[in-house]
Parts: sequence; C-alpha cells; structure tokens
Amino acid sequence: MSWEVVIGLEIHAQLTTQSKIFSGASIAYGAEPNTQACAIDLAMPGMLPVLNQAVIGKSILLGLALEAEIGRKSVFDRKNYFYPDLPKGYQTSQFNFPIVGKGRLEIEVDGVKKVIGVTRAHLEEDAGKSIHGAVTGQTGVDLNRAGTPLLEIVSDPDMSSAQEAVAYAKKMHELVQYLGICDGNMQEGSFRVDSNVSVRRPGEPLGTRAELKNINSFKFIEKAIEIEIERQIDILESGGKVVQETRLYDAEKNITRSMRTKEEANDYRYFPCPDLLPVMITQADIDAIRATMPELPAAKRDRFVSQFGLSEYDATQLTSSRAMAEYFENLLAKTDAKDPKLCANWMLAGFSAALNRDGLDVAQAPVSTEQFAGLIGRILDNTLSGKIAKQVFDAMWAGEGSADDIIEAKGLKQITDSSAIEALVDEVLANNPNQVAAFKAGQEKMLGYFVGQIMKVSGGQANPAQVNQILLSKLS
Amino acid sequence: MHTLTLKQMSQKLHSGEITSVQLTQHYLDRISAFDPTLNAFISVTPELALSMAADADKKLAAGQGEFLTGIPVAHKDIFCTDGVKTSCASKMLDNFIAPYNAHVVELLNQIGMPILGKTNMDEFAMGSSSESSYYGPTLNPWDHQAVPGGSSGGAAAVIAAGLAPLATGTDTGGSIRQPAAFCGITGIKPTYGAVSRFGIIAYASSFDQAGPMTRSAEDAAWLLSAMAGFDARDSTSLERPKDDYTTQLNQSLNGLKVGVPAEYFGEGLDPAVETQVKNAIAEIEKLGAQIVTVHLPNKDLAVPAYYVLAPAEASSNLSRFDGVRYGYRAKDPVDLQDLYRRSRAEGFGAEVKRRIMVGAYALSAGYYDAYYVKAQQLRRMVSDDFKRAFEQCDVIMGPVAPTPAFNLGEKTDDPTSMYLADLYTIPVNLAGLPAMSIPAGFVQGRPVGLHLVGPYFSESKLLNIAHQYQQVTDWHTKMPAQYK
Repeated sequence: MSWEVVIGLEIHAQLTTQSKIFSGASIAYGAEPNTQACAIDLAMPGMLPVLNQAVIGKSILLGLALEAEIGRKSVFDRKNYFYPDLPKGYQTSQFNFPIVGKGRLEIEVDGVKKVIGVTRAHLEEDAGKSIHGAVTGQTGVDLNRAGTPLLEIVSDPDMSSAQEAVAYAKKMHELVQYLGICDGNMQEGSFRVDSNVSVRRPGEPLGTRAELKNINSFKFIEKAIEIEIERQIDILESGGKVVQETRLYDAEKNITRSMRTKEEANDYRYFPCPDLLPVMITQADIDAIRATMPELPAAKRDRFVSQFGLSEYDATQLTSSRAMAEYFENLLAKTDAKDPKLCANWMLAGFSAALNRDGLDVAQAPVSTEQFAGLIGRILDNTLSGKIAKQVFDAMWAGEGSADDIIEAKGLKQITDSSAIEALVDEVLANNPNQVAAFKAGQEKMLGYFVGQIMKVSGGQANPAQVNQILLSKLS
Repeated sequence: MHTLTLKQMSQKLHSGEITSVQLTQHYLDRISAFDPTLNAFISVTPELALSMAADADKKLAAGQGEFLTGIPVAHKDIFCTDGVKTSCASKMLDNFIAPYNAHVVELLNQIGMPILGKTNMDEFAMGSSSESSYYGPTLNPWDHQAVPGGSSGGAAAVIAAGLAPLATGTDTGGSIRQPAAFCGITGIKPTYGAVSRFGIIAYASSFDQAGPMTRSAEDAAWLLSAMAGFDARDSTSLERPKDDYTTQLNQSLNGLKVGVPAEYFGEGLDPAVETQVKNAIAEIEKLGAQIVTVHLPNKDLAVPAYYVLAPAEASSNLSRFDGVRYGYRAKDPVDLQDLYRRSRAEGFGAEVKRRIMVGAYALSAGYYDAYYVKAQQLRRMVSDDFKRAFEQCDVIMGPVAPTPAFNLGEKTDDPTSMYLADLYTIPVNLAGLPAMSIPAGFVQGRPVGLHLVGPYFSESKLLNIAHQYQQVTDWHTKMPAQYK
C-alpha cells in the first residue's frame, strides 16, 4: 500500500519597513551586534511598544492578493517564554485575531493546477540572535533583529509532495516581492520557510509531523522534504513511530537531524498585550489599500501576451519577478515598443544569461534600460547584425559605454554596401573552386559554407540577407 | 517654609522673596532630620536637587518661570530617572540606573522642579502597606506603629511629614488613594490613559496610572496639569487636548448629585471610619449637593477579578527581569536555567513571587478560561455598574479603605486580608475611572480618607468638589505634631 504525504508550510516574511514593528530602531541588515537595538528592543524597564503603522497596510495587501478575510479587529497578544534572545520574556504576536484570515493561493506543478489554502497570516516581532563561540565559553546575544516585523503566513496542510511545497513557497516568494512587502532575500533571512511534514496511509488520520526549520534555499527545501518523507516512511514501515520534533537539514550530508523534541508541550500563556490597542480596520481602509495594489504576476503575464503578442512561455519568464517585468517594460518604453518580441528575446537570452553568470539581481544589472534600448535601436536600423550585437552587448555589460560608443570604437558597423559585399563574395568563390564545382554538381549544402566564409572574412559585419541574395545571383 | 501652601510658595519664588535653592535646601534639611526614622526615601539626591534649583532660580529671575518652577518634588521610585537609581523597591533593580526619564519626569524637569529623591514603595508596586520594599518599610508619620499604606506609601509619608511639597505616585489598585487616606493627604488617580506610562516600571499595564500626591486638592490640580497629556510613546495614552485642571476649582456645588453606594457601607467597614465618611458627605451636602443612593452590586467581584488580572499582566511584565541584560544577576550560574532561576529567586521578594505564580497559573492553558477570561467578564460587569450609577449621579462618594492605617506587620502574613485593604479602590481601576482620596478626619489619631469617584475625564469636577470641601474644612492642613 502506498503512502500519502501531508505538508504544511509556515513562512516568515520580513516586512519592508524602515524601522522595527514596535520601536524606531533601524532594521537594516548587517550592522554590528546590538547597534540597532534601542531601549524598547532591550526591554528596559518602563519602555512601551508603539505599533509601526506601515505593517498593517503591507499585511492587508497580502491578504487581498490571497483573497483572504481581513481581520477587522486585529489584536496583538503576548506569547510568554524565557529565552536569552527574547528580551521581554514574551514575543508580541497575534493569536485569536490575526490581521489576515483564511485565504488561498494557486500553484502549478507539471502543468497541473492546485489551490493551496492559507490558514492565516499574523504579525509578530522577531527575536534576537544568540551568538555561540564569539566569547570563549559564553554565549553572546545580538538584539539587532529583535523587533523586526514579520508576517507569519501559515498554510493549510494541503501539499502532498516536495514539488508542491516548493511551488507554493516560490509562488509566495514571488507574490510578496511583487507586492513590495518583503524583499525576499533568503540569505539574509528576510524570507524563511518552515516545513511541517507527515505521512499516512490514504484515508487515515494525520500522521505525527516533524518540522523542518529555516532552510534558506528552495533547492534545499525540496531535498530536505524528500529525505524527511523517506525517513518517516522507513520508520513506519519498519514498525516504528515518528516523534514530533523540530529537525534541521544538513545539506552536506543530505540528512535531517533532530534539533529539539516537543515531548514537553510549551505553554505560552497567550493573552492580549495590554500595552497595545486593538487595530480596527474599516472597509474604507481596505479599499484604500486595494487601490494601491500593484499588477500581480498572472495579470501581468496575460497582458504581456495580449498587449505585446508574446508567447505564454516568454510572458511567464518575463513576469517571474517584478523587477524583471519592470525592466522589460522600461526597455519597451525606451524603444517605443517597436519590436516587443526582439526585446523579449534579448532579455531572456543574453540579459538573463549574463545575470546568471555573474550571480546578479535585475536591480544590479550593469546595463541600464537606456543603454539596452540603444543596442536594440542599432539592431532595428540594421547597423548591427545579431551576432555583432551580442559582442556589443557583452562590451556594454563590461562597462565599455553605449552601443554607439562601442560600435564606433570597435568599427562594428554592419556592411550594407552591395559592391563591398559583392567583392567579398567574389573573393570567397575565387578562393574555393572545388566547393564551387561541388555546388554546381548539386551539393546545395555548400551554400551554407560560402555564407560562413563570407561572414568570416567580413568579420561578421556583412548583412546576411544581402550576402545570401548576392551569392545566389553569382552562383546561378 | 513647608507649611506654606503651594500658591504661597510659588508667589514667594516669583517675587524673589525666597529662592528655589533655599526652598530645596529647606526640604533636604528636613529629609536629613526625619527620614532616617521614616524611611520614606530610597534615594535622596541633594546635589541634583540643588543644581536643578539653581537652574530654576535663573529661569525665575529671567521671568520665564511657570507656576511650579522651582518647587521641589519627590518621585516614586517606579518612575525612571536618568542618572538616578530606579529600584522599584526591589533587590532586582538595586543596581539599575536608567539612561532615560519617564515622560512624567521629563515634563516636571522641563518646568524646573528640583528632584529631592525617589520615594519608598511596595516592591514593584505590589502591596498595600509599603512593607514589601527591599529597603524596609516606611513608617506612617501620624503613628510610627502604623503602615503608611501602599504602594505609594513613601510618597504619602513624605507629603504628610512635610519632607516635600509635592510627590508623584502610581495607582494600580488603589496605590495612590489608599496611602493618601492612611497618611491624611490628597491623592488623585486620573482616568486611565490621562498620564503617560512611558518610563514607569510596569506592574499591571491595563491598570497602572500615575497621579499627584499633595497636601490639598488645589495643589493636586496644579501637579496633575503638569503631569497629564498625550504621549505618542504610550499607545494607551489618550489623544486629547491638554487639560488645565486648575481652572474649574471655584465652581459651586449647588445641584451636584452625589451617589452613595449602599454596598459600600456594610459589613467589614470600621464603624468609626463610616462615621467620618458620612460626616464628610454631610459637609458636602451642606455645600449644595444632593445625596442619592446608588448601587454597585458587583463590588465584591472586583477584588477577585483584580487578583487574577493584575498578577496575570505582572507575571508577563516582570519576565524581562531575567538577569541577562540589567539588574540583579545570580553569582556564577552553572547554565542558563540556573541563571534565570536563581536571579529571579534571589532578586524578587515574597509578594512579587506570589503574584508572578498566581498570574502564570491564571494564564496557563488549562485555566485560562476559568480564570483570565472569567475575570475579564467580571471587569466588564464592575465597569457597567459604574456606568449605570453615573446615570443617576455626578460623583460617587464613600470610604477609601475599610479601616484606618493598620499596624506594621499586622497583615504581612495574611496576604488575602492585605488585599481587602483595597476593596473600595480596586473597582475604580477595573473601570479605568478617575478617583481621589481627601482627608476627612481621624480615628484614634489615624487619618481617614473620603473617596470621590467620577466618570471618565471628570478630574476637574472631582478636584473642584475636593477643593470646595477643603475651603470649609481643615483636615488637609493638619500635620503630625512632631513634623510641624
């Protein structure tokens, strides 16, 4: 009998605010330990939290994108427990009245669409960080992260494979970035995924789950879930029992290992935080936020197809991130949208390849849309052949200036003068009498050979269409 | 100088007849003379006080003084003061010096009110006698055998003994009014949210409220006007225009409807206290008020509700005292658990531990609905009682405490009997209403207070009623003989 896999995800998305959720301290990444923690973050006696209102609008945006219920009365609760990096001895979070209620997100795996339920999304503050080993024999505490605003997005246990889990996580990752509410940086911990995995025989109640914590790449999430499923099935098939626990993924050994068990259930003694008033949200607030909703990926993709005549595939690729889509639209605007397909091809080939090669984000691309548009213009007016254009692009990427500067400096103008091309054709035919004879004997594939030779002697600059035309007339 | 009214003091400072330095030195001298016995101060800050007084004198000389400029003040040791120890009367914070001022302290500093020191209190404001202080109990100036009340007992004793003209206090379940009654002074707990809690070490956040402790209602009106006002750093602070509570002090009481709750004059109330309170109400009737009987049927639910909710909040508020970042840390902990356990076990006193345990229990998973949720429902019922009562009257009057000040040590071994000392004051905190205690006589040489409770934002009205009463009586001018 087969096994059924049940996966639910908890995603912590760090909201893109300037300051912390309850204090004015900065949340910028990478500062020296404890330089971005004010008296409130340190839980000094007498300090009180003040809600950073920006988090409300950002959360509602996500709620709207997930077609979720928005909590009209949203309450902050205290979750009480002791930990050195939790300065107040409680985490301010939401329990009974989260900001975002039930919602949904559609995913697609191998062409099959599936709706994943979103249980809720609640606001909370991050804890600090314990640093082991910095001081010999002791543990240091860095409270820079303490109070960083997080939106915890909890899914229903609706995913039944690692692929679905990753598709959901990626979709959510794309969505929060589109909405501009989270920068999605997994390396810096701005987007963290915890996976709850269990297996069961079809029809049986849910099995005991293990939680895989804070894995910072989609690839590792997939691997970790896969081997966790195998591990649980092995245990059950050999008659054992899965223990409810938190497990860590060891990428080097490709195993998961136990971090802590949950035999002693924590009692967090949740109660409404008396220092914060409930947040009351009106329909007018929701409408105002809806009005600021950016175009979401699916809508953008459809528009790219209908408005620019792109293929589904190209449109999907170009909308894979908001930055990519925006770059594309900026490029189109600067080329007066003369040839959207040409722009799309260049973005998805040369541009994407260069980004991948150098490990850069769109925002870090060394070629501006202005420069790029210059290059596209020179292709459209036949100054550059496709092949030479690639050379110019590479030079631009390397910082050698505008397309025109590079064409000028390297003398890369396409040769369109018929007499010049004719001379090149004559030269190649004269130098290859055997091949000419073969062609005349019926070997038509020689034509490609001649074109190649002509392009070679022209340094790639001869206009290929003209070369073809002149060559054929000479050979006939 | 300490027998002058606040108004006289202010006039003399503004006219140059006395300087703030002289006035401050006068009080510092009295503190040196009397406080070793009274133990009303945890910290005395003569250098700070005199330097602030010198600054105030400059301000006054330049004609920039306000009414309170140059008048010294004593802060309860629960208000954080930049550079001066703020212990909350706990060993846990015996070494704690805040790098910031409470909002109230900031406001009074700006006016130029020299800080004489920090007054004694029950540890973390938990108590009704000021005996749970790590620094030992404060004595009642009227009778050294008696407690001064709590938790703002030090502040009340300081005013009663003339060791400061003005003091700040906080009231979570009666901690301004009950010691004011026990020490024969005037104290007002404003509407919840009227005074910022920023920089006040939290006991039970949804109840805590700071207010003035003074000799008279008029003085209280001046100090409250200086302390109150919106503060963006406290989310529960009320966003409304700043009040001047001194402008309504001369209104006639004609037509005033005084509600006297039938339930407040029954079993448990000392008959001698009852007589004094009724006499005081009769005096107010003479001033033109009309007495009506009102009902607060859920009065007896207030204490049990309070002793679930306040400890619940306290158990969470006091989690931050873990020995990690500041305050007391146990010596040589073997591991993290040991650090937490011993720091808290050694740093907190018995009453604080008791309330943390009660609070943690009330919030725990199996008991949350039975205790915390139920207590919240009771809180609403008590609050609704007041709402209904105020449909029939403008102000409610009754006793502040069931007895005059009890003896030191009398109730320390019986926490529940101690909790009943706040029986009349606690309902007001559950509802968040303003209320005050004014001196209304003596029982066997110990003062008795009259309790005035009003609807939200009725501080001006309460202060006016109290002031009118104090115009025709002299209880508030009396001082214990040895402190005159």
